[in-house]
Amino acid sequence: MTAYRLSSGGLVDRSKALSFTFDGRPLRGFAGDTLASALLANDQLLVGRSFKYHRPRGIVSAGPSEPNALVTLGSGARSDPNTKATVAELYAGLTARSQNRWPSLGFDVGAVNGLLSPFLGAGFYYKTFMWPRQLWEKLYEPVIRRAAGLGRAGLERDPESYEKSWAFCDLLVVGGGPAGLMAALTAGRAGLRVILADEDFRLGGSLLSETETVDGGAAPAFAERVVAELQSLENVTLLSRTTVFGWYDDNVFGAVERVQKHVAEPSAKLPTERVWRIAAKRALLATGAEERPLVFGGNDRPGVMMAGAIGTYAHRHGVSAGKSVAIFTSGSSGYRTARSLSAKGVTVSTIIDSRPEASDAVPHGVRVIRSGSIVDTKGRQRLSGIVVERSGFEELIACDALGMSGGWSPVVHLACQRGARPVWSDALKAFAAPDVGDTLRVVGAANGVYTLAGCLRDGAEKAAAIAAELGFNAAAAPLPVTETEAEPSFAALWYVPGAKSKAFVDFQNDVHTKDLGLALREGFGHVEHAKRYTTSGMATDQGKLSNINAVGILAGMRGVSPAEVGTTTFRPFYTPVSFGALAGTSRDVHATPTRKSPLHEWGKKHGATFVDSGLWFRSAWFPRAGEKTWRESVDREVLNVRANVGLCDVSTLGKIEVFGPDAAEFLNRLYCNAILKLPVGKARYGLMLREDGFVFDDGTVSRLADDHFFVTTTTAMAGAVMSHMDYCAQVLWPDLKVRFCSVSDQWAQMAIAGPNAREVLQQLVDEDISETAFPFLSARATALRGGINARLFRISFSGELAFELAVPAGYGEAVADQIMEAGRAHKICAYGVEALNVLRLEKGLLTHAEFDGRVTPDDAGLGRMFSAQKPDFIGKHLSARYGLTAADRMQIVGLKPVDKDKDIRAGAHLLKEGMKPSTLNDQGWVSSAGYSPVLGHHIALAFLKSGRERYGEKVAVWDKLRDHEVIAEVCDPVFVDPENKKLKA
Amino acid sequence: MRYSAFSIVRNALSGNLNWKPQWRQPQPKSHYDVIIVGGGGHGLSTAYYLAKEFGVKNVAVLEKGYLGSGNVGRNTTIVRSNYMLPGNEPFYEFSMKLWEGLEQDLNYNVMLSQRGVIMLYHSDAQRDAYVRRGNAMWMEGVEAELIERDQLKKMIPFLNYDHARYPILGGLLQRRAGTARHDAVAWGYARGADQHGVDIIEHCEVTGIRRENGVVTGVETSNGFIGCGKLALAAAGNSSRVGEMADLKLPLESHVLQAFVTEGLKPCIDHVIVYGGGHFYISQSDKGGLVFGAEIDGYSSYAQRGNLATAEHVMEEGVSMIPGLSRVRVLRAWGGVMDMSMDGSPIIDRTSIDNLYLNCGWCYGGFKATPASGYCFAHLIARNDTHPVARALRLDRFARGYAVDEAGAGPQPNLH
Amino acid sequence: MASLITCPHCGVRPKEEFAIRGDASLIRPAPSASDEAWHDYVYVRANPRGRTVEHWHHIAGCRRFLVVERDTVTHEVYSVVDGTAAAREARR
Repeated sequence: MTAYRLSSGGLVDRSKALSFTFDGRPLRGFAGDTLASALLANDQLLVGRSFKYHRPRGIVSAGPSEPNALVTLGSGARSDPNTKATVAELYAGLTARSQNRWPSLGFDVGAVNGLLSPFLGAGFYYKTFMWPRQLWEKLYEPVIRRAAGLGRAGLERDPESYEKSWAFCDLLVVGGGPAGLMAALTAGRAGLRVILADEDFRLGGSLLSETETVDGGAAPAFAERVVAELQSLENVTLLSRTTVFGWYDDNVFGAVERVQKHVAEPSAKLPTERVWRIAAKRALLATGAEERPLVFGGNDRPGVMMAGAIGTYAHRHGVSAGKSVAIFTSGSSGYRTARSLSAKGVTVSTIIDSRPEASDAVPHGVRVIRSGSIVDTKGRQRLSGIVVERSGFEELIACDALGMSGGWSPVVHLACQRGARPVWSDALKAFAAPDVGDTLRVVGAANGVYTLAGCLRDGAEKAAAIAAELGFNAAAAPLPVTETEAEPSFAALWYVPGAKSKAFVDFQNDVHTKDLGLALREGFGHVEHAKRYTTSGMATDQGKLSNINAVGILAGMRGVSPAEVGTTTFRPFYTPVSFGALAGTSRDVHATPTRKSPLHEWGKKHGATFVDSGLWFRSAWFPRAGEKTWRESVDREVLNVRANVGLCDVSTLGKIEVFGPDAAEFLNRLYCNAILKLPVGKARYGLMLREDGFVFDDGTVSRLADDHFFVTTTTAMAGAVMSHMDYCAQVLWPDLKVRFCSVSDQWAQMAIAGPNAREVLQQLVDEDISETAFPFLSARATALRGGINARLFRISFSGELAFELAVPAGYGEAVADQIMEAGRAHKICAYGVEALNVLRLEKGLLTHAEFDGRVTPDDAGLGRMFSAQKPDFIGKHLSARYGLTAADRMQIVGLKPVDKDKDIRAGAHLLKEGMKPSTLNDQGWVSSAGYSPVLGHHIALAFLKSGRERYGEKVAVWDKLRDHEVIAEVCDPVFVDPENKKLKA
Repeated sequence: MRYSAFSIVRNALSGNLNWKPQWRQPQPKSHYDVIIVGGGGHGLSTAYYLAKEFGVKNVAVLEKGYLGSGNVGRNTTIVRSNYMLPGNEPFYEFSMKLWEGLEQDLNYNVMLSQRGVIMLYHSDAQRDAYVRRGNAMWMEGVEAELIERDQLKKMIPFLNYDHARYPILGGLLQRRAGTARHDAVAWGYARGADQHGVDIIEHCEVTGIRRENGVVTGVETSNGFIGCGKLALAAAGNSSRVGEMADLKLPLESHVLQAFVTEGLKPCIDHVIVYGGGHFYISQSDKGGLVFGAEIDGYSSYAQRGNLATAEHVMEEGVSMIPGLSRVRVLRAWGGVMDMSMDGSPIIDRTSIDNLYLNCGWCYGGFKATPASGYCFAHLIARNDTHPVARALRLDRFARGYAVDEAGAGPQPNLH
Repeated sequence: MASLITCPHCGVRPKEEFAIRGDASLIRPAPSASDEAWHDYVYVRANPRGRTVEHWHHIAGCRRFLVVERDTVTHEVYSVVDGTAAAREARR
């Protein structure tokens, strides 16, 4: 036994024993333990293996900076790899497994890497594995990859749920230690809306492991009283178990609350984690300070810990890290820890002080070795002794726990996430927070104020100042009485000379002093280069403990001040945040919104198979009994439309109402074809360009009154067109008197197409819709029998006699039902977008399969729509550029397979017959293809270089990707009814 | 010093004390035949190929920060040549071939890992677009495979096959594509260029471009004036700023693109996977971190940091594609400044000023282009002649109407 | 900047309610303007490091185009005004 539970004390609830397992071994802890404190209480010193050399490692810290004690919590789909045991709250039924070891934690084959370490120095892999070339892929890389990582992610579906929320406050206090609590109390009493966030499950920070008295009582009790008062204030929100991970523009903070990471069986009613976006008028960083490890030979042996952590485990958790503790310090804090441990009954045998002299009080019976240094440690998987060197003499001192105290570094991470870099302070011998303006200030130990009294005062005063700035009547909360205490002093000791074994700087990534030396020798002395070359600071702890020593060592080797070396960049996330928390509820079918047409239920009733179309679901086809493939259904629907009549839901088209005396002028400038003189009661096909002259979108424009138009867009581009119109009206032509709004969701729209369309529709409307009264391209508002307002358009996307009927969305399904009923005698069928696509393909009509953003009107065979007469429209000027008018541009053509049994597939490229495939020989590509049931063979639309001159030519349709090649004849893209006889019937 | 397993052993036996700097830290000379502005991947590769392939050895690379401090050290390491347009595909394939011989050429292991890049499709229309692209690749002789859903399920079982908002129907795979260790690319080129006599001058910021009679004669720098015969700009996100010094107006906007890495994990994702329902892409580094990103933040920015809203959106896409990512923790986010061009494609060209050359517009795709960009730029500088595979990447293509618009999104940089 | 935008019509709103179109300093040339003027308008960007004006479209709010004056390095927002007013001002 070495580490053990003290017989009394601590903030654990000894009446609530909790069972848990580590690597299958059943263990017990108490409520209030972290996994780390419980492991220590069970004398489980060996917790993990390091990344590169698989060295045995134990617990180093008592917080989020932990580099070594990483475990996988949970099992199966609820596994959380790389969890820091030092922040994992213990619960009954917790299961933890060690990582990066095989076959077991105690005996790990990977440890052989340690023997090879002279060959595995920083960046060794850049210098080898290059010969022979083939072996990199086949042998070297797989071996390296197998060694990658620490924990294992099963990538199983996560059964738990997450959510995100906004919060707004006058003051965000990050950190619930002495400074944070006093700040929150001051601001809370003054009436500010305060959010206090702390990553721990218990508020109080260092007060929880403090031995000094506050107001004559125990420090944790003081914390408890403050927390109770804060809880009673309605304007204060306390967020424990909440890590503020990022500081973003406009003083918005990201935070993650671990709502139920500390329970065995999470409730389905609560999220597991919740991400907060906190918009704060002001923020105070009360994030404390980090004690520095010391870099000496053998400093990674289990049992070597941060001195402060040993104190925390003793005072907060009632656990002694060892039977005989030694402290290695470069300053007064090591003595303070020693005193507090002694007072707690933990045996401290020796203080090794690197300084020649010190006036710090030494607890009774503790030996002090001044000017001492540790050059090696003994023991195998746990510490058994240290080799202390003094004045050239070495001495082996037995101990089973060693505390390191190398001074303090303020935790300034968040303050440095928005471009400002920390500033070296000679006084603090540390990097301090930069001045980042009024919205974020740093208090307490994070501000380099290390005494308890100072922290309490700093928090209260800064909060009072903020309250005053924000117009609140505030006074700093009265300060509690504390014991007198001097600011800690320490000597900066970046590494301890004379190491007899590896002296680690970055524990997790196994970066030791020699690696940094090698990096410098090879020209990687810049702090960023050193980091990237040695991987120092790149592990899961992001160098919270190690970076400062790496900077100090580099400074020493380069002979400059740490200020000149500087730090690497602080970036989110302060501690790692799960994908799930950041994604919140946006996952699976909720990844994006779902839009359903007002005729969705109608489609369902008729057995539609739905297909995604952007956010929409659209009816794709309507299978009937006996139809075995989608093609059978589609062919039937197409033939029925051509022979009889069909009803198709086209509600998903974008629909925009345009009003105003300048509506016609506005649209005339938007479309490349003429709109100005479109008569009332008429519809017209419209083509919109981008300003660079390429086709943006197409649709129909209908004039319902002189100053009232109704335009449609494609489904895909509805949003983009609306934004484009907003831009044109608001920014380009603000003087045009025009207003418009999207009515896509207001109207259910259906196409009734086929030779019998008129007979069917006439049953629903009173007005005359004969060819004479309502010819092709008529458009008007009307009313259905029974009085429902409707709009009727004589437009066609199938080449058949066709109408589009729009009714208010709520009536859509009923009207569609009526049409189906009225059409029964006329052999009506429902048809979906697949049939619609075949119908338009047969007619050579285009969609965004053709309009891919690189097509001019002329490429698309729509050159006649380009109105050169109009003085101005979007895209006019740049359309004249050489590249857009060159004769060898690809133009739309039709393709028919020469062998009519062969199919053509979209995405194939075109080659002149007999030519070898090459980028130079590439003649074009197939944009749309399908089987035409009318023609009885496949047809396609394609873009072919100078295509319109090449009708009749045979080309190879080359689909190498699917090993498919056919010869096709180039033809006019209109395959069916080129004279439009049916359209105008 | 030549690198090999032998050199590692030999040095290990002497305590690793005899390794030499990988590149010198020279004082700038007063004049160079060619000065390259920008010590990132493209600037360094240009210098390397100028010296090695085109015999131009009196070359300096000026870098205002530390070597490789720009996008070469902050990208998601993807290397591929799966482009669609004839203006792009030959260029990127040329780059891919250079990648395949790069380690032997440089005697530096950049850890090229040809693990395959697969782009998922979620609709018939998207499949057709990928088929078009795959066939364009084959036209250039580049192997591509269409992986259908059943095959994909065996290959990558953990994708969201059953609950996705947009069904995963298949993917377009380029097996030769993959990743490379980004920093090593910068260092390898730097070492290679240095060995051929190139002066790499770090912490030397160009503050002005001196012209006499309309001809560039040198640059003002934080280290004083340095004369040159030819000046080559490879300043990525800062191209507009450097160009401004010579009154060049460029078709560029600088935007921030974020990237992310998770905690290190045992190998679990073997390919580079690109989500077709958004912009998300992910791969796993040889150290075990999952490296990923998605779209740019959308506003113009010179700050190397992004915003939370975009970061959250990236995670949403990630979990949509791979539900099992949900419990994986993201370690770090960072940002790079992208020189977004007006058609999403790069520019390697002369300028209106006789001896001033321009390399920019890499958008978020510059890393994979590093070898070809340098090679073609060097070709242009040395011979004053455009390399055949870079013919479409001219500066005047916008005026002439020959945009190389792979996304078909038009002249709005944040849509590419 | 990019976390919160104060829309003159809707108040403080989060970034994701907006679509960013780009440089708001450009003025569309007259139809008869030179090829170069049109080329510059559509393709050339000043791309300043520092203060810039950008069009942000409040698509999930009032649907107004706003001119956001901001810093491309610090991301500080100096002003947000309605795009129509700004366009009229620019033409004056």
